[in-house]
Amino acid sequence: MIRREIGLPRVSQPQIVRHYTRLSQMNFGVDTGTYPLGSCTMKYSPKIMEKIAAHPQVKHLHPDQPVDTVQGILEILHELAGFLEEITGMDRFSLQPAAGAQGELTGALMIREFNRSRGELKIRREMIIPDSAHGTNPASARMAGFAVVEVPSDEYGYVDVEALKSVLSHRTAGMMLTNPNTLGIFEKRIREVADMTHEVGALLYYDGANLNAIAGIARPGDMGFDLVHLNLHKTFGTPHGGGGPGSGPVGAKGEMTDYLPTPIIERVGDRYRFTNSLKHSIGRVHPYHGNIAVLLRAYVYIRLYGAEGLRRAAEIAVLNSNYMKARLVKLPGIELPFHPEIPRKHEFVASFESLRRETGVSLKEVAKRLMDRGFHPPTVYFPLIVPEAFMAEPTETESKEEIDRYCEALAQIVQEARTQPEKIREAPRETSVSRIDEARASRPSTMIPSYTWLKK
Amino acid sequence: MRAYLPNDDDDIVAEMLGEIGVDSLDALFLDVPQNIRIEGNLDLPSPVTEDEIKGVVEVKLRKNLDLTAFLGGGVWNQNVPAVVSHLLSRGEFLTSYTPYQPEISQGIIQALFEYQSMVCQLTGMDVANSSMYDWGSAAAEAVLMASRVTHRGKALIASNIGPHRRRVIETYARGAGINVTAVEADWEAGTLDLEKLKEDIDDKTSSLYVEIPSYIGSIEPSPRDIAELLHDRNALLIVGVDPLSLGILKPPGQYGADIVVGEGQPLGSSPFLGGPLLGIFATRREREILRQIPGRIMGMTKTLDRSQRAFTMILQTREQHIRRERATSNICTNETLSATAAAIYLSLLGEEGFRRLSEDLSHRAAYLSKKLRKDVGLSSPPYSGSFYRDFLVSFEGTKKAGQLVRQGIDRGVLLGTETTHAFPHYGESVLTGVSDVHTKEDLDRYVEIVKDLLGGDP
Ligand SMILES: Cc1ncc(COP(=O)(O)O)c(C=O)c1O
Repeated sequence: MIRREIGLPRVSQPQIVRHYTRLSQMNFGVDTGTYPLGSCTMKYSPKIMEKIAAHPQVKHLHPDQPVDTVQGILEILHELAGFLEEITGMDRFSLQPAAGAQGELTGALMIREFNRSRGELKIRREMIIPDSAHGTNPASARMAGFAVVEVPSDEYGYVDVEALKSVLSHRTAGMMLTNPNTLGIFEKRIREVADMTHEVGALLYYDGANLNAIAGIARPGDMGFDLVHLNLHKTFGTPHGGGGPGSGPVGAKGEMTDYLPTPIIERVGDRYRFTNSLKHSIGRVHPYHGNIAVLLRAYVYIRLYGAEGLRRAAEIAVLNSNYMKARLVKLPGIELPFHPEIPRKHEFVASFESLRRETGVSLKEVAKRLMDRGFHPPTVYFPLIVPEAFMAEPTETESKEEIDRYCEALAQIVQEARTQPEKIREAPRETSVSRIDEARASRPSTMIPSYTWLKK
Repeated sequence: MRAYLPNDDDDIVAEMLGEIGVDSLDALFLDVPQNIRIEGNLDLPSPVTEDEIKGVVEVKLRKNLDLTAFLGGGVWNQNVPAVVSHLLSRGEFLTSYTPYQPEISQGIIQALFEYQSMVCQLTGMDVANSSMYDWGSAAAEAVLMASRVTHRGKALIASNIGPHRRRVIETYARGAGINVTAVEADWEAGTLDLEKLKEDIDDKTSSLYVEIPSYIGSIEPSPRDIAELLHDRNALLIVGVDPLSLGILKPPGQYGADIVVGEGQPLGSSPFLGGPLLGIFATRREREILRQIPGRIMGMTKTLDRSQRAFTMILQTREQHIRRERATSNICTNETLSATAAAIYLSLLGEEGFRRLSEDLSHRAAYLSKKLRKDVGLSSPPYSGSFYRDFLVSFEGTKKAGQLVRQGIDRGVLLGTETTHAFPHYGESVLTGVSDVHTKEDLDRYVEIVKDLLGGDP
């Protein structure tokens, strides 16, 4: 079995440090500038979180260590689970899921197992999901074996309650919802939606990606949700790491706590341990106990902010979003779809469709031009139900000055679209590379997914 | 909260509310019905300052014991060069997110492309994704992918794989309606029983998942024969690896693996009680297979004006943000920073360094197991085949493994993960793992302690 050449690089340490330092300079983070990527909550992460997460007393711990040897970190994790229960109004949390989407899959599998245990697995095959939902919702539901039934949004941007009534049935296993929804609008009839869902014997799942708008103000548990996942890398300020690692703990209420993944942490007297004793557990979704270093950061975040701080952060996040919205919708060619009078929450979705129709400049191009101004674009073309969707989430850690500068840059770009559209077409020019040929990158004849592929 | 919330100031708030056209912050929440609002504040501990938090956490962490641990099985406490944590702490990497806008995300995309390339080099495959959550979910997603590629619903797994990874595979498979069957091992050899495998494969078999080295450390002597058995029935071979073994073991791509998964944590990340980890996922160049890969993939291309080389996410139409319920996976946030760590780590070690470490780990394990055999008379390992880095130690006929582990802890050494119940064939046993943090003195101390606990000479 002995092998010869592997084909790894042969470079010195100083070369490597320069190479990756240079690469980092070709990358934009929250620490670099305004990054209002909607649905992602790109807030500032207090640096103390990094320092503490690197503590040698946690860094070197092996997951197979007997619980007696890791009581300190277990105490922190158990406390954190308690905080999350309090914040969401759930009864118990599993910290296993490594990201939001894995939390969704966990929740969907719990719903599946619940129906199996009551003998309705064969009948309840449908998961209801709003047309504005994030792509992970339908993908997760499908991975748990459900058929996805889409429910439309009404003219105000809420889940269309009449349409929901018509799809709810004895075949419904559950409904996945985020609140505020992906349009940044709070579903105020949520209790009614929960009651309707429960009446047909289905469960309500909360996609916690948007909790930042309401943390400390309202709780999914009180809205009638049975299951919840949180994205700790969003609401609880852990850094996004270029795309992860994150953490997506799942909480459950009442009898649904019996379905959580195991092993699950428990406290006995003043000791902590893991138990497998949940009656209907779906089993493991993580080989160990979850993304501990991320969980520890979230613990630090909650301890730094406290209850009042969490609420204040939510209020300022909503203030910042409505402020940016108020400034932007004044610009010609930018509209606010759905009801203009409804306040948005932590994010808002504007449409650049008129601008595109009037000038031929697409939102994609506007986004590229924003980079030349030193900003990260918002989320674009999501949610899918809004044409030329511009989804911005400034977060609470962005100053008014920065938001003003962002809006001014957009005002100029919108102006340019009418006067010098070619400038926008050529964007970006100030970035490390100019506009990338993405079609070429994925075309079978020109695709290069690795050096290895190139050499063959 | 002014420190983190620049607009938390009465004057600024008032000015912003003026622009919005409302007169209070509360007005922005009027649509949140009263009956679901929290009355007062949440019941959480009072906030602490940045200066205080360190103390708060340290008091708790002090309750963790300081041990020399000999643990493996999928997570290894290895040395991480200072360069890795130094570079990862750069805010441009750390505080960025999924590179949806490639022109201002070239750094992370190129780092991931390098990671993918080095994974391909290590595994002998053509294409790798930019990460899965961990080895467990990577293996599970590989089983799901094989089922989609073959349109078959029966997955085989070797019975000597990691028990915790097996649980994850079973959880995922249940959702997908895939039937998982464990193929009995030849426990004397510690490896797969090819006769049993032949009996278990049929026309409904989508794949076999086997770990090389296995969870118990053993190395399959003839992986090519396994691949042939599967390919003869148009089923796929999925191989799970400890990537460090690939400095000396043949790359799975050379013996016919269709998908390779593994744990990338030992490539530049610390164990952190088991997370974050790094799921390796690589496969071969074939159209039907490429269409079914889960997760994000980075590719090399050019700028539209053809003047520069550039990197971007590719094959996005497989993914949930476009394909929704027909996506190849639901994964969105992945383990990018750990993959970046792996790219830096592999570059630092380089061709020679990696091979040296790979050999060194093998030598250390051989040294320790031999000493336990010779000096203490233990069955170490209790199977006949060769092994890599991790190995079983059987205490059968001496003392209870659990008791020995506890007594070892009292002396500051963790002898291994108890495997008595997971692998009953070997009786009282532990899985022992070595890494480059262990000195020769550590290895000798392990032997001395065991000798002592077992009461001197065999
Ligand atoms: C609304 C919504 N739901 C779910 C997810 C998935 O979470 P994650 O990326 O952590 O898997 C996201 C984030 O990308 C999201 O914005």
